[in-house]
Formats: sequence, structure tokens, C-alpha cells
Amino acid sequence: MTDNHVELRDVVKRHGATLAVDGLSLEVGRGEFFSILGPSGAGKTTTLRMLAGFERPDQGDILIEGRSMRQVPPNHRPVNLVFQHYALFPHLTVAGNIAFGLEMRRVPTAEIQDRVGTILDMVKLRPKQDRLPAQLSGGEQQRVALARALVNRPAVLLLDEPLGALDQQLRLDMQVELKAIQEQVGITFICVTHHQEEALTMSDRVAVMNHGRLLQVGSPQEIYETPASLFVANFIGISNSLRGRIDRVDEANCLVRAVDLAGQPTLLARLPAGAGEGSPVTLLLRPERLCLSSEVRRSSYDNELPARISKAIYNGSGMQYQVALSDDLVWAARLSNSSSNQKRFLPGEAVFIRWNADEGVVLSE
Amino acid sequence: MGAFFFLPLLLVLVISFASRGTYGGVEWSFSLANYATVADPLYLKIFLHSLVLALVATVLCLVLGFPLAYYIARLPVRWQGVWLLLVMIPFWTNFLVRTYAWIFMLRTEGLLNSLLIGSGLIDKPLEVLFSDTAVLIGLVYGYLPFMVLPLYAAIERLPRSVVEAAWDLYAPAWAVFWRVILPLTKPGVVAGCILVFIPSLGAFITPDLLGGARSMMVGNLIQHEYLVVRDWPFGSAVSFVLMGLVLTGLMAYLRTEETMNKPGEER
Repeated sequence: MTDNHVELRDVVKRHGATLAVDGLSLEVGRGEFFSILGPSGAGKTTTLRMLAGFERPDQGDILIEGRSMRQVPPNHRPVNLVFQHYALFPHLTVAGNIAFGLEMRRVPTAEIQDRVGTILDMVKLRPKQDRLPAQLSGGEQQRVALARALVNRPAVLLLDEPLGALDQQLRLDMQVELKAIQEQVGITFICVTHHQEEALTMSDRVAVMNHGRLLQVGSPQEIYETPASLFVANFIGISNSLRGRIDRVDEANCLVRAVDLAGQPTLLARLPAGAGEGSPVTLLLRPERLCLSSEVRRSSYDNELPARISKAIYNGSGMQYQVALSDDLVWAARLSNSSSNQKRFLPGEAVFIRWNADEGVVLSE
Repeated sequence: MGAFFFLPLLLVLVISFASRGTYGGVEWSFSLANYATVADPLYLKIFLHSLVLALVATVLCLVLGFPLAYYIARLPVRWQGVWLLLVMIPFWTNFLVRTYAWIFMLRTEGLLNSLLIGSGLIDKPLEVLFSDTAVLIGLVYGYLPFMVLPLYAAIERLPRSVVEAAWDLYAPAWAVFWRVILPLTKPGVVAGCILVFIPSLGAFITPDLLGGARSMMVGNLIQHEYLVVRDWPFGSAVSFVLMGLVLTGLMAYLRTEETMNKPGEER
């Protein structure tokens, strides 16, 4: 990660009146698995299409291996794109699809056969090399699309929602496989996805985008543990929030007064950078890090709030609860049924929500 | 329904084996003489001439129609309808009237020549009217929509991403066209070519009005035999030879198509 392999400099792209990409600057290192995460309309696909060369930035520049891509058409760029719905050539066989890029670059026939064979083994499609795309399953088509791009050994591989069309189990398997393939070939991967778990699982670094703007870049752990904004926090699944004000600072910790709750209880939390006494903050909590109990102070948690169960949903691996802290503040809590004798709560039951100070994320406003 | 379509055809077939009466009627006697006459070099030349004109007209329609159809198919959806309507508007006017309009454009003092002379490109008027060129212009003009519509339907179904994939995989523009766009829109190309070629081969209004005496096609021959010479049996025989030619061509095409489309033999 010493040199910047791909660089976006202040890239702006308008689609009619809307700003699809608004002043985006990014640096991706050589051999990195980089994901761009965001909801639909965030500008991530537009960014990918500009990297591939199908769209031109209105302002700014894109550099690949230090070279400006401003005047370079897609067929001369050292990148290949794995399309969202694969875009395989329906009239060519699996082998024909994979050989296409090499044939276009006039690679000698013997070498083409060699490289196509190697990549077919890598994606485990050798037995199906003479099939047409329509005769393959979704997962197999996905692997053909990947092979068709990888066989060219591009400097950068672009992936547009690569696992979006697969079912849940296949999606999980492919996340692992894709990461393994990327480590094996050592090519820079830039992957666009709206699926937070996918991005966190596969990537070395993740960029979170919304409305064409970059919100945060960091390792999956940084994004997950210290989201920089409420949007990022919500997008990666930290759905419970509480407004408050820092009452007292004690070294690395602080006491947050929950201004929206009756009695304004104080809660122990980690002190966010740049905040001090009196700072308005938002306290964020992950649904899976909360504990529920029907008794007061049974164990030693830092924080405890009274609440009432408003909905209980059994989802196989555990229970999902909606817990009302007040009339207009409802949190989610996910409890895995790791122990079979775990207590089940019923709607209407009064409970206590408990968590430790390090489980919470505090955003200063 | 079957009788409705086949009785007239059957009647023509029967007449083609009869012979012409002294005063132009049909004399019922079975013979193959009419078909033997078709083999006369004079008539074979007319067949060949028609075949060449129809082929050239089809190729011209394809070359002109493909870019137009591609352009329309890639427009925003609301504009596609407008353009397709523009392509079809000529059908609302009588074909004969539109062909007459071409006479006014192509003749020596016509629109084309006054424009070319006015702009200083030529000094002497071009003798376009009553030539093969005029017939070709007429055929291409008349049948271009039959090419554009099936092509549009085929191109519209072709996903943009497949074309982009070829581009992304280092294909220059010509390779994107030959290796991806053309093979994937072939059904539309074939349908368009058949729809243009068959009526062009049998056309008679266009060569009659724009070709004059110098450019005779099979259609004119048939019309001439029926209405001028009043030799219905020979006219019928010519019609059937024409139909036979078209059917043989189509069958031959379908046969090669079948052998080429066996799965797994693509490359």
C-alpha cells in the first residue's frame, strides 16, 4: 500500500440536474480489496462506470497507475469490469466468453488456450467450458463473468454488486471465495456494493458514500467500531440511538445525560474525540450488543434503562425484540439463542436494557 | 380460411399449365410449354436483373437501416415511439402517389438536379430517372421501414451492458459490431432482409414508374403478360417460377441455419 494505484481527484459527475458524484477524492493502493459502500443513488455505480471509462467526469481526473484516464476509452484502459448482471455474451460458450478479451488483444492462440484453461480450473468450470451462458446456474454465470475479466490480468478489477444476484448461502460462500481469489491473483479489486456485511467481510478498506459524497474511508474495523457519522452508523447496522449531553468527563469516559428520556438518566460511555463537558452527543448502540433482563441489577453492567417489550420475533438463530424506552423511542435488540434455557420475553413485559460503556458509540454533533 | 388463401393460388397454378387462346383467353390444355419459355435467355435476363436489383436494394436498406434502427433503439423510451412513428408515416399515403413524387424529384428539371446545379456541384443535369439507379432509390425508399422495424425490435432487446462488456474487454468499435452486436441481432437482420428482398424482387410499380423501358423487372414482365399481351398462362408460369425461387432461397437459408445452430458448435 505504498503507492497509489488508483486515484480519484475531485471527481464531479452530473446526470442532468442531479449531482451523481460530488467532489469525490479517493486513493486505492496496489493489491488492495477496496469496497465502495452506500445505498442506491449514492453515486457508487457512476464512480465505477467512470473508472471503467463508460462515463467521463465533468470535473476532476482519474489516475490509474499514475496515468490520467481523461482521454482513454474503455477498450484501452488497464481495467476490467464484472457487470452487475454479468453481461455474458449469450452466443459464445464459457470458454469463448473467457477468451474474448485475449482475442481482442491478439494474444497468440496457444497462450489463449493456456490462460483460459488455468482460469477455468481456478473458478472450477473446466467441465462446463463448452456450455452456453443460458445453460449455467446463477453462481456459475457469476464465476464466468469473474474469469472473463481476471484472465486479462488487468491492473484493476472493478466489480459492480458482484454477489447481488445470488441467493443468501451462495452469497456467503462467494464472499469468502472472492476474497481468496483476490489474495491469490494479487490484483487491485474495487467493489461496489450496498450490502454492508459483504463490504466488511471482503475488504481491506471500505469507503462509505451517500448522495455522491464520500462520508468515511477506513478499515472494516474502523468503520464498524468508530463510525464517523449517524448515517454511516445506521448504514452499517447500528440502529439504536439516543440524544444526550455530556455531563461529566472522567479521563477516557464520560457521563451522558439522556435528555429525551423521563428523569434524564445518566449513562456511562467512552469520551469521543473533541468533546468536553456540555457537548451535545448522540449515543449509538448495536442491537446485538444489548442485554435484556426482567430484574434490576442482577449483574454488573455499566448502564441500565427500563423499557417495555413491544414486539417479539423468533427468527431461528435467535429472538428479535422491539423495545420501547418511551412513547416515541423504540430500540431493536437481537438476542442469539446460544443457551437453550434463555428466557423469552413477551410483548408488554417490562424489562431492563443493559450494556457496558465500550459497547456504545458516541458521536459528538 | 385455407381455401380463401389457396384457391386463387391454385387457380394460377392450373392456368400456368394451359395455353393462350387466339384472342387472349385461356385454352385448357395441359402442357409445360410456358415453363420452357421462361428458360428463354430473354426472360432469364429479366430474372437475373431483378435478382441483382433486389439484392442491392436489400443490402442498401440494411446498411442504411442498421444505424437508424440502432440510434432509435438507444434513444430514451419516450423518443423511440416518436421516431418509429416518423418511420411509419409514409405508409399512410398511397405508394403510387409517393412513387410519382419521386419522378418529380429525379427528372431532368427536378428537385435533385436543381439543388445540385444550384449548389454548383454539377453543371449538367444528371439523367437519373428511368434507370436502375432510380429503381434502386425507389425500392430502398419504399422498403426501408420493413428493414428498420425488425432491426429495431432486435437491437432494443440487446442489453447495453453486453455491448459495454465487449468494449471493456478491449474490443475496438468494429469488433464490438461484428463479434457482438451483429450475431446477437441476427434474427432481426434476417427478418428485415426477407421483408425487403421478397417485395423488391416482385416489385412492379417502382420499376414501372421510375425504371421506364430500360429497367424491367419480373414484376413488370408478369404485369405485361397479364394486362398487355393478355397471355395469362405464361404470366402465371412466370409468377410460379418467381415464387419457387423465393421459397428455394428461404429453405436453403433455414437448412444452413439448422446445421449451424447445434449447441456447442459455436467455436
